[in-house]
Amino acid sequence: MFKKATTSFNCKVSSLLIALFSSQTFAAWDDINMTEGVTAISKEVFELHMLIFWICVVIGVIVFGVMFYSMFAYTKKKNPNPSTFHENTKVELAWTIVPFLILVFMAIPASNTLTTIYDDSAGDINIQVVGYQWKWQYKYLEDEIDFFSNLTTDLDEIYNKTPKGEHYLEEVDEVVVIPVGKKIRFLITANDVIHSWWMPDFAIKQDAIPGFINTAWTVVDKPGTYRGKCTELCGKNHGFMPVVVKAVPQDEYDSWVKNKKEEAFKIAELTEKDWTKEELFERGEEVYAKNCVACHQTNGQGIPPIFPALAGSDIVMNDASRQIEILMEGVGPTYAMQAFGKQLNEIDIAAVITYSRNAWSNAENGDGKIVTPKDIVDYKKPKV
Amino acid sequence: MSAVIESHDHEHHHGPAKGITRWFYTTNHKDIGTLYLWFSFAMFLIGGAMAMVIRAELFQPGMQIVEPEFYNQMLTLHGLIMVFGAVMPAFVGLANWLVPMMVGAPDMALPRMNNLSFWILPFAFTVLLSSLFMEGGAPNFGWTFYAPLSTTYAPPSVTFFIFSVHIMGASSIMGSINVIVTIMNMRAPGMTLMKMPLFVWSWLITAYLLIAVMPVLAGAVTMMLMDIHFGTSFFDAAGGGDPVLFQHIFWFFGHPEVYIMILPAFGITSHIIETFSRKQLFGHASMVWAMTSIAILSFVVWAHHMFTVGMPLAAELFFMWATMLIAVPTGVKVFNWVTTMFKGSITYETPMLFSIAFVVLFTIGGFSGLMLAITPADFQYHDTYFVVAHFHYVLVPGAIFSIMAAVYFWIPKWTGNMYDERLGKLHFWLSFIGVNVTFFPQHWIGLAGMPRRVPDYALQFADWNMVSSVGAFLFGASQILFLFIVIKTVMGGKKATPEVWEGARGLEWTVESPAPYHTFTTPPKVTQ
Repeated sequence: MFKKATTSFNCKVSSLLIALFSSQTFAAWDDINMTEGVTAISKEVFELHMLIFWICVVIGVIVFGVMFYSMFAYTKKKNPNPSTFHENTKVELAWTIVPFLILVFMAIPASNTLTTIYDDSAGDINIQVVGYQWKWQYKYLEDEIDFFSNLTTDLDEIYNKTPKGEHYLEEVDEVVVIPVGKKIRFLITANDVIHSWWMPDFAIKQDAIPGFINTAWTVVDKPGTYRGKCTELCGKNHGFMPVVVKAVPQDEYDSWVKNKKEEAFKIAELTEKDWTKEELFERGEEVYAKNCVACHQTNGQGIPPIFPALAGSDIVMNDASRQIEILMEGVGPTYAMQAFGKQLNEIDIAAVITYSRNAWSNAENGDGKIVTPKDIVDYKKPKV
Repeated sequence: MSAVIESHDHEHHHGPAKGITRWFYTTNHKDIGTLYLWFSFAMFLIGGAMAMVIRAELFQPGMQIVEPEFYNQMLTLHGLIMVFGAVMPAFVGLANWLVPMMVGAPDMALPRMNNLSFWILPFAFTVLLSSLFMEGGAPNFGWTFYAPLSTTYAPPSVTFFIFSVHIMGASSIMGSINVIVTIMNMRAPGMTLMKMPLFVWSWLITAYLLIAVMPVLAGAVTMMLMDIHFGTSFFDAAGGGDPVLFQHIFWFFGHPEVYIMILPAFGITSHIIETFSRKQLFGHASMVWAMTSIAILSFVVWAHHMFTVGMPLAAELFFMWATMLIAVPTGVKVFNWVTTMFKGSITYETPMLFSIAFVVLFTIGGFSGLMLAITPADFQYHDTYFVVAHFHYVLVPGAIFSIMAAVYFWIPKWTGNMYDERLGKLHFWLSFIGVNVTFFPQHWIGLAGMPRRVPDYALQFADWNMVSSVGAFLFGASQILFLFIVIKTVMGGKKATPEVWEGARGLEWTVESPAPYHTFTTPPKVTQ
């Protein structure tokens, strides 16, 4: 009877402890420490981090220990007559040499890990990553897959009008899909200003610099969705351009590649189709929400002077060919308008132009002309 | 250092001029020191108010108070104002007040230039702050103003920013020349270089750093100006330029710059700890060598700010090793301070409290600095809140605590009145708690993955951001108390003796309190 009670008590205590240490404590620990990550490199980096951390803690305990001891033991009350010593060559030499040796001890594993990270050989899959204000473009060099990855968190969530979702600011419309167990090489650059592509779980942070191509590589063994961010101040929406990578088994990756290729083929077909104003308007509204609202705002009023208003703009109301040109080529540098010719397909460009020419009572005040995907194809043809 | 005055001067002196023109025309090092200190205090409050805006926006996830573009202007101006407007002028103010008195000189060597170097500063900051009201807003590219965000993609006010940085640079260079000439030529007989007080030593080294790197900063902003207005492509890849070049130039200035903001603090801390331990500073000579080594090393570590720009392996290794080396002389300084306290006879007046907090918290900032030096780990730390925590630990409870300690320590000498010890201690404890509650959790949210310079963040960072903001509000509010204490002391209080502190060492404690308008018109003789 008594024994039984003890056992059940023990059971309770141990389950309590397990609960405390497994879920609670470790969840909390994750919130305040570096991630161990999911690659061999990220685990090495984590170990370096913990090693240098504990070295600092030990030194801190010794130095602050002596300091606090002196603070309590040698107050004026307890020690009215201070000592007069003021140098000691041996001690001073010791505390110059010992820290130096600790540093050498630390530098060796750090240098080794760094050398591994700098292995620059070709990958099984090469993905070019291009930073734009404020989105990422991914090009799979072998498979000719090419897409942009935009934040999908709703503006209403950001402005506290609706509750924030689980992956607030860490969710995108198109994730980077990679197969597990393959060496993936990222070729990182930028289109406008400097960005930085950070994936904590792979311990990769590499600046994306216009005019340069930086490389980084990883081999991910564990399937899963991993989330990172842009870490170089790149303007207004620097906080709103996350990185999401999904590692999947090889067969799943293969079918993803197949789908992507079919999608591209379908878009080519759709470009040839005859679009109505309503179809274009509807699609354009979505394109606008995804690509344009950050600067030109939902109401089309923009944020003058850098981001001009579209509602009531003379070009948007009456000059369709100039508007196509602006969208395709961008306007800079006084205005921060990007060249969308490379970012959006013909359908989306035509749709968003049609949308802007018919939204915010622009149609009533202007010519209300629609622009079709074929117009954009014509624009792209070489001019003689 | 201990000194004996063999000749006091008893000549009749002219006092300060009457009215407001006293402050415009003054060439007196004490008046100019006062101007610098009040100016930096004003900038500290303005830059602090901007920090409050930043922390208020970060109190919760989501955008509540400001828009992202204004947020970026706040973080840029906060950095620029705190670095160039608050910390640097405060140290120049302290140098003006103290260097001539500490070396037994009647004034700074170049008094008119001294006036000029101060009076161009208010113009520089008026220009900078006025950019807030310009079309397109104030500079929004961070205090490090990386090209091409600060050139091709900058708001039009960037030109005013460049002009303002030029003026600040000119002011710093003039101030440094003045300090060097004063120290080299106007020391009292018998004061050899190695007998010089450590604050003077720290400023001599700082002044050389300033002269070496301010022109580099001027070069960087001039190249920006050329890129923006005159069609060059120094930093524009499309024109054959190199955006990374900007970072190399900036950090060749920037790294010595961060030591410019901490070396005078080393000097101040050394004086205060030896005074309140009633024991001569341990290792005066090794302190001098440590500061000199730190200054020299500061020129060969700049690229540790750039580990992620894609430098070759050899460069990464070199900059990692060189950066780690800095821990050696820095360690020597900390060990010397602790050993000075060991077997001392310690009391805990406000300056001592601030200085002890300086040693502990600066050391914590040093530890995170050592962690950041480990390049592979830096790939994870870089541009996260871990870095924000690191440099605020060395700058706020580092540089700024040392300035506050200095104010409490020397204000009886400046005003002739003792400050209110009870309020001083209250100010210390509020600041101490505030600073740690603000910045310690930032280590954690940085490690957990929150990037710096973002106006909004993912939900897992929410709790500690809220704690950090609460700490910031406490720290911010307690500086109003500091302002009150300083004004109260200027207005009156218990009269101070010439020595002020029981364990005081150094020439400045041999003159009356308040220090007469002119001191040491006849140089004192310094014997050991």
